[in-house]
Amino acid sequence: MPEDVKSPAPPPPPEGEPKPTAEKPAAAAPAAPAKPAAPAKPAGPVPVPWTSPLVEKYRSQYGSGLEAQTYLGQNYLTVDRALIPDILRLLRDEEQFDYCVDVTAVHYPKREKQFDVVWILYSFPRNERMRVKTQIADGASIPSCVSIWATANWLEREVYDMFGIKFDGHPDLKRILLPDGWKGHPLRKDYGILQQDQEWVQINLGIESGQ
Amino acid sequence: MSIRESTNDVSNLDLDTPDKTYLDSNELIINMGPQHPATHGVLRVILKLDGERVLGTECVIGYLHRGVEKIAENRTYTMFNPYVDRMDYVAAVSNGLGYCEAVEKLLNVEAPARAQYIRVILTELNRIASHQLWLGTHALDIGAMTPLFYTFRDREEILKIFERYCGARLTTHAFRIGGCQYETYAGFEKDVNNFLTFFAPKIDEYETLLTTNRIWLERTKNVGVISGEDAIALGVTGPVLRASGVKWDLRKAQPYAAYSKFDFEIPIGENGDTYDRYLVRMAEMRQSMRIIEQAVNSIPEGPIMGKVPKVIKPPVGEIYHSIEAPKGELGYFIVSDGSTQPYRLRVRPPSLVNLQALDIMVRGLLVADVVAVIGTIDIVLGEVDR
Repeated sequence: MPEDVKSPAPPPPPEGEPKPTAEKPAAAAPAAPAKPAAPAKPAGPVPVPWTSPLVEKYRSQYGSGLEAQTYLGQNYLTVDRALIPDILRLLRDEEQFDYCVDVTAVHYPKREKQFDVVWILYSFPRNERMRVKTQIADGASIPSCVSIWATANWLEREVYDMFGIKFDGHPDLKRILLPDGWKGHPLRKDYGILQQDQEWVQINLGIESGQ
Repeated sequence: MSIRESTNDVSNLDLDTPDKTYLDSNELIINMGPQHPATHGVLRVILKLDGERVLGTECVIGYLHRGVEKIAENRTYTMFNPYVDRMDYVAAVSNGLGYCEAVEKLLNVEAPARAQYIRVILTELNRIASHQLWLGTHALDIGAMTPLFYTFRDREEILKIFERYCGARLTTHAFRIGGCQYETYAGFEKDVNNFLTFFAPKIDEYETLLTTNRIWLERTKNVGVISGEDAIALGVTGPVLRASGVKWDLRKAQPYAAYSKFDFEIPIGENGDTYDRYLVRMAEMRQSMRIIEQAVNSIPEGPIMGKVPKVIKPPVGEIYHSIEAPKGELGYFIVSDGSTQPYRLRVRPPSLVNLQALDIMVRGLLVADVVAVIGTIDIVLGEVDR
């Protein structure tokens, strides 16, 4: 009986509206460079120190190796690479962060230690989220946390695939989304999409890439 | 032991030394997919078998990889918005909600109340549509053909509402950063209410086909069991986690949009098998209807767009925001360097993480059950591969 759901005169989807939006980007684009200069935007919220019994406990244990901050109500620990396996294990065993939501990385090519590796954790008993971050240099490896959270298996493989970061002790570290023979790690900032495109087009189609 | 006797008894099966089993056979490696109707897309599963018995699996994914996260780094925040619809394309509205809310959080703004209500209504409609598609295809995989026609027929009514609201049926791009682009059309409330009265008996109809169907019970009860502890360790979320008895739903645990204003329950299962996951999703559709009913009859007046600059330029910082998508926890981790483009945008896809549990769920089952278990996890390969 689909008929009885139909409204008697189905009004057409708003037709007048898409048109102005189509023009909007064009109008906004030239205005964009002028804007930030004029109002002198406030820098926005800044990270503030995060204080909690958890942080106090680990700070007394590990000293200056970790820094705890809150940004927009979200807590994160920045930890020395050497402390990573200990901290992650303690967070699960003692602090009940039993669910590893995600493992990911960020590439900062201009920094000496080029990569941030980020673990997003959640605790079911505490209903609390936190992130753990560490910095590592290009080519350095990091201990795998598959033995702590089984879910890290594929997530670490993806980080390896996209950034080339190696995880020590991972049971099966190989590419996950890209084909095995793929060259390079696409989410690095120095990975050129256009070069890749030109190369592929030349090899496979035998023509110059139009990009 | 004859083959006939042994079909449902795994206790005598020594999984570590497959040569000592009843056929005294060697292991057989077979390839399922990537072009296989029961894998819901291009998923390739390598099965290690002993006869019909699954000893282990390995998933090969990435066939639909489009580099969504890299695309995000090369687009402005606004331009990237439609791309998220193409991840879990059967629940595009949920993807858009998660993305818009994450960027709003990064901008430290909130969508107005009216926009939040519209968002909840459309997202819950989309949850029903996603579950309908899951039910139809899952039942078809197991051999029940009728539910597919029923669910697709009824899903059409939801897609019609989407089409009237924003002009698109599937990849809707319904929301914008800061609120909604479109005001509700005249008759929106009536359409949604009509849908609710239309759909309530339809769920019962689905259930008469399946819930006590003997074949359905045989094929789903005690198939693909995963315990609550295993599910948590594997990061499984959504209906799969809840069917294992863990009462956790982000809409309740960490409410977003307007969910804290509505009264609904979190259905959970007990056994963590395929049948319980079926029951949980059926109950979830009913709960979604409850939410929609409350929301659509109390949409507040007011603006639908918050105070968001035309050029979206979040301050330097990083944020993680997640929502309860139909398949589980869908999260966005965004790093801003203060420019108009995300410095890094990570999507935490529920389908990918849930798919990882396939191996533990199918060990010791038969090949035919693999199909049932892939269906019950409810994956969309567009989201697994991104």
